[in-house]
Amino acid sequence: MNLTIAGITARGLFGRRRFLLLFPLPVLLLVLTVAAKSTGVDPEHWAPSVIDGMGFAVMLPVIALIVGTGVLGSEIDDGTVVHILAKPLPRHQIIVAKLVVAAGITALTSAVPMFIVGVLVDSARFGVALAVACLVAALGYSGVFLAMSLVTRRPVLVGLLYVLIWEALLGNVLTGTRVLSIHQYALSVTHAIAPNDLIKAHVGLPAALAMSAVFLVGGALLAIDRLRSFSVAGETS
Amino acid sequence: MKTVELTNVSRWYGNVVAINNVTMTLGSGVTGLLGPNGAGKTTLLHMMSGFLAPSQGELRIGGEPAWRNPGIYRHLGLVSEREAVHGFLTAWDFVVASAKLHRLPRPEEAARRAIGLVEMADAQDRRIETFSKGMRQRTRVAAALVHDPEILLLDEPFNGMDPRQRLHMMELLHQMGGSGRTVLFSSHILEEVEEVSGTVQVIVAGRLAASGDFRTIRRLMTHRPHVFAIRSSDDRRLAVALMNEESVNGLDLNQAGLTVRAGNYGAFTRALPKIALREGLRVRQLIPSDESLESVFSYLITA
Repeated sequence: MNLTIAGITARGLFGRRRFLLLFPLPVLLLVLTVAAKSTGVDPEHWAPSVIDGMGFAVMLPVIALIVGTGVLGSEIDDGTVVHILAKPLPRHQIIVAKLVVAAGITALTSAVPMFIVGVLVDSARFGVALAVACLVAALGYSGVFLAMSLVTRRPVLVGLLYVLIWEALLGNVLTGTRVLSIHQYALSVTHAIAPNDLIKAHVGLPAALAMSAVFLVGGALLAIDRLRSFSVAGETS
Repeated sequence: MKTVELTNVSRWYGNVVAINNVTMTLGSGVTGLLGPNGAGKTTLLHMMSGFLAPSQGELRIGGEPAWRNPGIYRHLGLVSEREAVHGFLTAWDFVVASAKLHRLPRPEEAARRAIGLVEMADAQDRRIETFSKGMRQRTRVAAALVHDPEILLLDEPFNGMDPRQRLHMMELLHQMGGSGRTVLFSSHILEEVEEVSGTVQVIVAGRLAASGDFRTIRRLMTHRPHVFAIRSSDDRRLAVALMNEESVNGLDLNQAGLTVRAGNYGAFTRALPKIALREGLRVRQLIPSDESLESVFSYLITA
């Protein structure tokens, strides 16, 4: 992996104000969990909504979207990507570095609060299951959202459509779409590591892992190819 | 010596032709890419630097195709027009990062040399976002020079620089050209190009309008007919008097006044006050009507 690119990417991400957007959702998740637990109500009644409805369906994809489109998309927007591209580097090195940073930051900012939630709700094993699920989903989402920032000029919008329409809406109505939903893979991984009644899996574990890899590798290959043909639009001509 | 070779290169966007069948070879020394705004200079530089595919034709950098070939950046330095830089980095970090991305054996040493070349050593530890436009530009030039490239492409490099910085940048380009490197810079300012380069490529409306020695082209430009719109106390009498003036090629008298086509700009503007004085006429208005750079360039196409 190219550490120089990874370093610049991480500094760019932390230096931008939109990085602050990453924190409200994990904080909200923790506050909700602590509040619900303090009421003494059985977790069975509230934990699925908090973990699945809030953690996996909203917090994780939103963080992945902000980070995944930020690592390359914001450099494309402001033109700084040219400095990195005008170097004799194979394009896969650039994409791999960006992917590692995106997946790493997404996994870290979502897995830590989810681990705490898992421990509070059930057990350390459940916490680990949630954290591993976050890591797997972070890899899949990062592949998709990174590729989107090279495929479309509005990666955040398209990413939101995927999360809100495909995963949240169609995933509930048309069960067939769940096979192509990273959200569902996270549930499958959680259920496989810590089977309980709080989280229900709809996709088998092998399929979930294989499809996560497809999203990650497919997204990376698409991004590498698009980056090879990256064109700068002429502004004055 | 590495060359930049364009063979029948065209680029179009839908129905709009941005670059039309341009053929040129750039060798060692400094070449100015001159043309009015919107002529296609930036498009041409984007294609030369591998950031845009030609719609037609062939473009080679040091014998290698420029498109989809990151290998060309081993020999190529690029200073693009868009001044975006990673503002959160210091100038030092930025140039060292460039050196590392080029996989130079001693990145710090290379960065120190490049920063010294653009005289930015004093400000190298400041974040780039605190810099003036000229300082940013020099930092970008340092990053482009860090691997000592044999080909250097610069898009409007003097933008935002103060006169001293401009002079220094011109010297730097001279030195690079003099040491056998291929340097191409674009500009829409005639005087800028005149000061830096002996060879120019003039591009107008996407076409290569003129190419070669600057002085020859400049002569063509200054010897073209100049058109003046004149109003005086008696246009008809002034017209008669002007017909005897050698520098006047033609006249047009109408209700709006007098339109004069002069073959020699200097001779005509010196002669007009004398003639008016001799004839006892008062010149109320004298407007050179085609002095825009665009008209100079378009004259070149027809010359």
